[in-house]
Amino acid sequence: MVPLRLDLSLPRRSFDLELRLEVEGETVALVGPSGAGKTSLLRAVAGLAKPERGSIACGDDVWFDAARRIDRRPEERSVGYVFQEYALFPHLSVEQNVTFGGGSGDGLLRRLRLEHLAGARPAELSGGERQRVAIARALARRPRVLLLDEPMAALDPHTRGTVRAELHDLLREFALPALLVTHDFEDAAALADRVGVLADGRLRQLGTANDLLGSPADPFVARLAGANVLSGVAARAPNGLTAVLLDDGPTVFAADVASGRTEVVVYPWDVSLAREAPDDSALNHISDEIVSLTPLGNRARVRLRTLTAEITTTSTERLHLRPGDTVVASFKATQVRLLPSG
Amino acid sequence: MRMAFAAFLAATTAIALGFLVLPVAAIFVRVPPGDLLGALGHHVTRDALLVSLKTSAIAHACVLLVGTPAAYVLARKRFRGRGVVLTLVELPLVLPPAVAGISLLAAFGRAGVLGGQLHALGIQIPFTQAAVVLAVAFVESPFYVRGAIAAFEAVDDTLLDAARTLGARPARVFARVALPLAAGGLGAASALALARGLGEFGATIIFAGSLQGVTQTLPLAVYAQFEQDFDTALAISALFIVVGAVLLVTLKLYPWFRFASIFRSRAVPST
Repeated sequence: MVPLRLDLSLPRRSFDLELRLEVEGETVALVGPSGAGKTSLLRAVAGLAKPERGSIACGDDVWFDAARRIDRRPEERSVGYVFQEYALFPHLSVEQNVTFGGGSGDGLLRRLRLEHLAGARPAELSGGERQRVAIARALARRPRVLLLDEPMAALDPHTRGTVRAELHDLLREFALPALLVTHDFEDAAALADRVGVLADGRLRQLGTANDLLGSPADPFVARLAGANVLSGVAARAPNGLTAVLLDDGPTVFAADVASGRTEVVVYPWDVSLAREAPDDSALNHISDEIVSLTPLGNRARVRLRTLTAEITTTSTERLHLRPGDTVVASFKATQVRLLPSG
Repeated sequence: MRMAFAAFLAATTAIALGFLVLPVAAIFVRVPPGDLLGALGHHVTRDALLVSLKTSAIAHACVLLVGTPAAYVLARKRFRGRGVVLTLVELPLVLPPAVAGISLLAAFGRAGVLGGQLHALGIQIPFTQAAVVLAVAFVESPFYVRGAIAAFEAVDDTLLDAARTLGARPARVFARVALPLAAGGLGAASALALARGLGEFGATIIFAGSLQGVTQTLPLAVYAQFEQDFDTALAISALFIVVGAVLLVTLKLYPWFRFASIFRSRAVPST
């Protein structure tokens, strides 16, 4: 598989996006807040925007090289681009959309379960169907690189899960170097082999989703991955653990070693809730008030004053949780990661 | 108080409608349909109709052919001085037609800017049918180009980008994506420009004269006839009203036309 190699600098309004990245027959997702330059990056790879310096190459095929004054036109680069909101041609049928770049769409239409929609216009399709048309169209020219801009953003929440699983399988099947950008860590983790976190124009961390969850490089990455990040001051505790006195009051014990200003990282799914402090191995108990409850399918996100817990809806029903109630949030010292304040 | 205001609104609406409709209706009151058809058989009318159709068709074809790609460029490209260019394109819109006629004489007349070169080539434009075509094209093109620029600007950039990433060269992006998506706006602009061109009077009479069978278009014939044969003038005016109404109705129906038959579904640029 021919790798995609990027080493470029893109000017943004308040900073320059600097990125060096190699993508082989895998999907790499870049996650970052809006304005991080994610779309600009994909546009640069496709040739729709011009980097300030650096190079973009697909194997030996150089698409852009500022030093050598190479800048191939978009139509001469072999990219399949799945645009945000999909950018399907509204005046063309599904089949005409897919075959716009040439070639026969038959196999792709069949593979993507679009055969029965071949004559339909994009406006008649559901969000998931539009996404499949956009992917079929991008793949129809047999591109060497696939670019996906927020492929899940235009979907209804209730179709997200199935569409995501399907897209995951497709990306594995075609095994092209694929660069996906999203603001949603969950989507990135579900779809990509490796996830990179972009902030202030830099790649903060690049690794598998598990790497990022297990050892986030900094509080920003942890927060983006969905963790509770609580500030406090760490000191050695007599029991061999580290005690962190949180700015909000309670003390948290952690197996990690740290001292001075510290950020405490706890994932919501590692936090359990009870009406009264349970007598078990979970060492950290924080008594706190419920601010809000948000159901997420069979799980619920329970926001307390200091942190957020994600528990099963069975538990929320068993405990009769309501906003305003006081509960005890528990989590193990080994589930706490400590990061220096940055 | 509220009643008084409602009555005021009703009265002003009635006055406005009456003022606009009465003169138009009056023509049909003065001309019985039978006389109308008879007057259209009049040789002056027939000559003027032929001149108008021929010159308008040529002028309109030229305006569409040159104006469409030019509008595409002006809509898509960002360059220094673009605002100045757009203003220049619109300038003929606010000129009195008589001034347009004088300007054309100043440019293409015997003593005009290009007059010497044209004369050397044995080409004489003023007071020929070519002058009518130039005058019509000059006054109608800003209507078309302005509308066409707006139509192309309304096409979502991302769709053009998508076409490029699918390997389409600029000509194909224009023909397969930009043109069909702007078709509705282009059609509307084209109809407006055509109507304006058919009605052109001032620039034509100054630059081309009013020679029956050569440069005398329908509006010029109305003017020429109204002292000699008022009924013929009325009949031609009635013809104009019918043509104008047909153009307007087509324009109003166009969205329905476009979405219902040609494209079948809603053209959604952004969602």
